[in-house]
Amino acid sequence: MRTDVAATAEPAASLIPNLDEIADHPSRAPRRLSPAWKKVIFYGALSVIAIPFVFPTWWMITSSLKPVNEIFAFPPSLWPADPTLQAYVDAFTIQPFARQYFNSVYIAVFVTLGTMLISAMAGYAFARIRFPGQNLLFMVVLVGLLIPSEVTIVPLFQMFNSWGLVNTHWPLLLVTTFGAPSVLATFIMRQFFLTLPVELEEAARLDGLGRWAIWWRIALPLSRTALAAVAIFTFLHVWNLYLEPTVYLLSPELFTLPQALTRYTDAYGGEMWNVQMAASTMTALPVLIVFVFAQKQFVEGLAQTGLKG
Amino acid sequence: MTYRRRDALSGYLFIAPQLAGIVLFVLVPLVLVVYYSFHEWNVLAGTFTFVGLDNVEKLFTDPRLGSVLTATAVFSVGLVVFNLTLALVLAVLLNRRWRGITAFRTIFFSPVVVSLVAWTIVWGFLLQDNGGINGLLAMIGIDGPNWLREGPTAMLSVIVVQVFKNVGLNMVLFLAALQGVPRELQEAARVDGANDRQIFGRVVLPLISPTILLTLIITIVGSLQVYAQIAVLTQGGPGISTTVLVYYLVQQAFDFHHFGYGSALALLLFLIVLVLTIAQWQLRKRWVFYEN
Repeated sequence: MRTDVAATAEPAASLIPNLDEIADHPSRAPRRLSPAWKKVIFYGALSVIAIPFVFPTWWMITSSLKPVNEIFAFPPSLWPADPTLQAYVDAFTIQPFARQYFNSVYIAVFVTLGTMLISAMAGYAFARIRFPGQNLLFMVVLVGLLIPSEVTIVPLFQMFNSWGLVNTHWPLLLVTTFGAPSVLATFIMRQFFLTLPVELEEAARLDGLGRWAIWWRIALPLSRTALAAVAIFTFLHVWNLYLEPTVYLLSPELFTLPQALTRYTDAYGGEMWNVQMAASTMTALPVLIVFVFAQKQFVEGLAQTGLKG
Repeated sequence: MTYRRRDALSGYLFIAPQLAGIVLFVLVPLVLVVYYSFHEWNVLAGTFTFVGLDNVEKLFTDPRLGSVLTATAVFSVGLVVFNLTLALVLAVLLNRRWRGITAFRTIFFSPVVVSLVAWTIVWGFLLQDNGGINGLLAMIGIDGPNWLREGPTAMLSVIVVQVFKNVGLNMVLFLAALQGVPRELQEAARVDGANDRQIFGRVVLPLISPTILLTLIITIVGSLQVYAQIAVLTQGGPGISTTVLVYYLVQQAFDFHHFGYGSALALLLFLIVLVLTIAQWQLRKRWVFYEN
């Protein structure tokens, strides 16, 4: 049985699947009429499974609108009886939240653009240019995929400490853009450039274009989908960074959002839940809204990269 | 200069930024972490002394390391089993052209894009003794445990929170794989008298095994790196029952300033990831289908 299937199977699917079909194409299964109750059970089951995926976000948003005395109300209130925006005001006064928001945004934008640039360059060279030592150097770069960033955090901290760069944004900007996190991007870009027809470049070269021009004017514009994938997963990665900021940053005005979210405590060290929920809402909601509108790109982009679990 | 040489030169220039970053921020620290692991670093006294294999010896004699490694293994195994099972179930359920399926795909995927710490904080809020989940349970007459402060439920909570966060990613990978399974094969099997379960087990599963392997590797390696979730939800407690290797490493190095021992722990983490990755690639030859 097994070998029969092997003989007739289509050529090996690549490890990274092509997702074109997911968003648009329905499954190839023929439509079979099923009794109405079967559908009711099916949708009922799906809705129950969906609760833990949706409820936390719902709870986060509604709790952020509740006054403190309603936060732990029993029975739990699914909608605030007396909605207030006080927690949103407090979020900005207890910590320099606007500043922290700006830090997260500018670091994410810098790292995302930087990663797109250097991974498109390196990925292109590894795929398209021949130079001595290429395979060896590609192996060296791939080492970055194998080594979890937690393994090198101690020496990295000491390096930046000796350069006087602890409690600045430089470690976040430099390591994330040039170090291990960008290797996956380089790998994705290389895989993409390998599939570009070589004739395009040969024609350009005959027209007298050099490598930089070929890359910038021909290869790069064609790699929009791969670049979008790199942009999405890099942005989400940087936006979520938690360990690195907590190690490198000490001053609240330098904090990034994930780090800041955990610091809304009262004078006794107790959590101010409604303020935390307001700050969390402001952190999570913009990306969530963008996702709902650009869902297809997100799903395909992230699936192409495989990210982490 | 010939075209070929000029072209090779441009190749080096193209890879220079990435290569410099890898050398400076990955390879040099990797050498340093080995070097540090042979030293004792007293930050307060400002001393840095060679201690040979003392830190490695400490790995074997540290009474806490056993529970840390156990917690790491329990977390990884639990996460992988729950995550891959749920992802596969969701993918199979959603692999049809019924109305509203796209909306469900969006729902199951959406936590992937919610900020990790925000997601974890909300769950921490929900799982408190007097939090929303116990409140809902009380309404149907169940007295819920103090999820994050009791031994067995703390680890379970951390795993479950993480599964809901990222299962959508594996679900999408499985969906793509399922849609690549040729319909004719399934129909041929049906003609041969196979039932649904046999078709799934003997035809569909083998054909999507490369994807299962990929998600397995990604999920295991990702599970070994979990930090923020532990720091926000349980701080490694109660006791050290949810102190996984990375959390322990960071604690030793940055809270207790045991940089030497922290480096030894980092090497241990590296070794584990290395062994697992190699083992999985070897395994692939035996059970991933397209290899034969």
